[in-house]
Amino acid sequence: MADWETVIGLEIHAQLATRSKIFSGSATAYGAAPNTQADLVDLAYPGVLPVLNAEALRMAVKFGLAIGAKIAPRSIFARKNYFYPDLPKGYQISQYEEPVVGKGAISIVLDDGAVKTIGVTRAHLEEDAGKSLHEGLANASGIDLNRAGTPLLEIVSEPDMRSAKEAVAYMKKIHTLVRYLEICDGNMQEGSFRCDANVSIRPRGAASFGTRAEIKNLNTFRFVEKAIQYEVARQIELIEGGGKVVQETRLYDADRNETRSMRSKEEANDYRYFPDPDLLPVEIEASFIGTVRASLPELPDEKAARFARDFGLSAYDAGVLSASREMGAYFEAVVAALGAAHAKLAANWVMGELSSALNRDNVEIAAARVSPQALAGLLARIVDATISGKIAKDVFESMWSDGKAADAIIEEKGLKQITDSSAIEGVIDSVIAANPKQLAEYRSGKDKLFGFFVGQVQKATGGKANPAQLNELLKAKLAAGPK
Amino acid sequence: MLHNLSIGELADRLAEKRVSSVELTRHFLARIERLNPGLNAVITVTAERALASAAAADARIAAGERGRLLGIPLIHKDIFCTDGVRTSCGSRMLDNFIAPYDATVVTRLERAGAVMLGKANMDEFAMGSSNETSYYGPVRNPWDTSKVPGGSSGGSAAASAARLAAYSTGTDTGGSIRQPAALTGLTGVKPTYGRVSRYGMIAFASSLDQAGVLCRSAADAAEVLKVMAGFDPKDSTSVDVPVPDYPALLDTPLRGLKIGLLREFFEGLESRNAALIQEALKVLKALGAETLEVSLPHLPLSVPTYYVVAPAECSSNLSRYDGVRFGYRCEAPKDLMDLYKRSRGEGFGAEVKRRIMTGTYVLSAGYFDAYYLKAQKVRRLITDDFRAAFDQVDLVAGPTTPTPAFAIGAKIDDPVTMYLNDIYTIGANLAGLPGLSTPCGFVDGLPLGLQLCGPHFSEAKLLSAAHHYQRATDWHLRAPGGYE
Repeated sequence: MADWETVIGLEIHAQLATRSKIFSGSATAYGAAPNTQADLVDLAYPGVLPVLNAEALRMAVKFGLAIGAKIAPRSIFARKNYFYPDLPKGYQISQYEEPVVGKGAISIVLDDGAVKTIGVTRAHLEEDAGKSLHEGLANASGIDLNRAGTPLLEIVSEPDMRSAKEAVAYMKKIHTLVRYLEICDGNMQEGSFRCDANVSIRPRGAASFGTRAEIKNLNTFRFVEKAIQYEVARQIELIEGGGKVVQETRLYDADRNETRSMRSKEEANDYRYFPDPDLLPVEIEASFIGTVRASLPELPDEKAARFARDFGLSAYDAGVLSASREMGAYFEAVVAALGAAHAKLAANWVMGELSSALNRDNVEIAAARVSPQALAGLLARIVDATISGKIAKDVFESMWSDGKAADAIIEEKGLKQITDSSAIEGVIDSVIAANPKQLAEYRSGKDKLFGFFVGQVQKATGGKANPAQLNELLKAKLAAGPK
Repeated sequence: MLHNLSIGELADRLAEKRVSSVELTRHFLARIERLNPGLNAVITVTAERALASAAAADARIAAGERGRLLGIPLIHKDIFCTDGVRTSCGSRMLDNFIAPYDATVVTRLERAGAVMLGKANMDEFAMGSSNETSYYGPVRNPWDTSKVPGGSSGGSAAASAARLAAYSTGTDTGGSIRQPAALTGLTGVKPTYGRVSRYGMIAFASSLDQAGVLCRSAADAAEVLKVMAGFDPKDSTSVDVPVPDYPALLDTPLRGLKIGLLREFFEGLESRNAALIQEALKVLKALGAETLEVSLPHLPLSVPTYYVVAPAECSSNLSRYDGVRFGYRCEAPKDLMDLYKRSRGEGFGAEVKRRIMTGTYVLSAGYFDAYYLKAQKVRRLITDDFRAAFDQVDLVAGPTTPTPAFAIGAKIDDPVTMYLNDIYTIGANLAGLPGLSTPCGFVDGLPLGLQLCGPHFSEAKLLSAAHHYQRATDWHLRAPGGYE
């Protein structure tokens, strides 16, 4: 069996978060009643003309600058001609030979922690098509043109990815980036962010690429991974069985977890691209690029580097905390209230308790029931040893469920830590007295029983004994020898 | 008679209240009713709406408002969308299409108080040079009803020439205003590409289409163009350049105006036609213009270039007529493909289909470079030729058409011969330049035109030159027999 290398390139379609469509004034909001957001331009009435939405262009430039790409001073809209009921003009306006965003790159972190750069060939603006509706209509198809003319940024990668995992990491990175830039809401269920995957295999070390298959319209990270894995296995089996991969478009069926042929290269349309004479070439001036550049937020990689540098976080933690602008902002607000010296504690709590509560209740971080300031208030009680980390988790749960401040809960429930050494010693003495057998075993070398004594003491104090103090005192008492 | 008065004269009479817009409108509507059956120039008459507009115009005049077009009736080519009125584009495909909005040209004229009498017949989707490709049948030339009026704005030309309206609008993709103007004795102006908004004007070939006017004089055309022209944010190809006061500039002296005679235009030109042009140039020289010969070496390639570019764009522009949302739909389609094929097969006429097929071919993989791309390169060369010529001269002049109006039926079965009708007019479209045709005499009782063409946005110069010429001649004042 040969050693195969997988080669993957992605074409990501990110729906731009403009209020109106790319060439008409209709709204782009999702979920409206069919055909209520389609004007004469979207319906391709005779005589109407497209006018480019300047906001869509600005967003494309923003993306280009964020991936270090060259912004074309002059780009062209072309017509991609084909007949389909959800394509009212009989052509899609897209960019073909001269896209607005040229070559750029982004980096991803692999499982082993290594950083890999993935090239972005280009990104271009285009309009989305409408939707055909087949359900609930006897013997007919319905057309909903609300989506027709919605602005898309198609982001085309180089064939730089070598596994399904890398493809997912790349897609997630782009997903993070477009949300950071506030140019796409990233909502995959609504189709705002989706991709086509070009997949081929070749013997490891080969210089040329194998024949690729294009898997269309993958709209979850999981499907991207599964579809590529399936497709790679299919191609290996095919070639090893003496067959050949044919260039074709395939669809992923999530229910069956398989890809199926949709159309071959021979059946592909001849799109007869040519420059759209209704739209002038888009001329972008350096001053415009300068303005857009100045509007760029701190990018995910920059933020992660700063977190690592300023707060002494690991690369992994810094990456998790900068995965979304909201997460980063939350973390920084906690640190601001708590003090930078305790950033690591803040990081652990944001990634730990807070994230699991958000996931469990399916809440966005911006709507978290514990504010960054409230969380900082809780963590301050750990820092000043009022409560232990373990107790803090219970307090957090109370804060999450009834929205009270940490101090009020600690006060109400009497959770304040016992830090009076004589009080702790008293409890230790009675525990030791009550467990002579264990004491003897411990002293004869069974060190593991130390935990038993800690547990017994905390059981007696309701977990309130200061752990560090308890450890120290208990160690001394156990070592003290028979009285 | 009212119908022979110029726009300026009509405006004065309306202002002086010697005639009302309603009277004027009734007068023209009556002429349409009486004379149109013999011409087939007007395919939709909007009498009720016209009378309402006229009454509104009269009220505006009574309130003291003055406007050169206020209350004056016109006919729109049926390529301009008119809200609530059938806009057929001369095609069965849109025979049932009631436009839900007004084209910018229609809005601008309406705001100025123009009164729309109806919609003019035209070659189907503006594809034709004789008005014989219309779904509504051929238009007859008022100078000789056995002859074509030219096309594609043939209905507009016949209507204006027969005095069925004070003026009419048209569109010009390869000569569709200038050629019919020449064949019917009118002044036709195709403005610079981008001068007049294309919004609401049903597209044939987007990079060539331009709206303009067919009037009985350059002075009239100046009044109408002043209102029609101007930047429109709804048309990305419209140009944001101020509109000069064309009527005020008509009297700009001709002295020193350099007119280039296009060598390529006179080669092989029929002698009587050539003699008329030479005679016209003598008049212009006597008025102070200088003439010198110039050459546009690539101009002979303009017809083949045009018949690649225009069909390519039309093949895509006409894809929206698919029987799904508006327009003609075939009976009982059995599936989607059947719906497409039969709706388009039955809805479009032969010439439109020929151009869609040609256009689809020149854009297809493997042929794109050899045809479309090559044509774009030649188009650039032709544009460069004009630019070089305009370094030497202010305007260029030549015939508008190779011959006067030809007989209905004479060329319709021979597309290539038909296409050669536009040999002198296409260059201006390919280069996006303004062009004008003015009547310059008769051959066998049929009018012919002198064409003037200038650099981008030189409309004022063209109109002024034509105006001076028309003050020295009376060709433009002659009316066809039976329509005086």
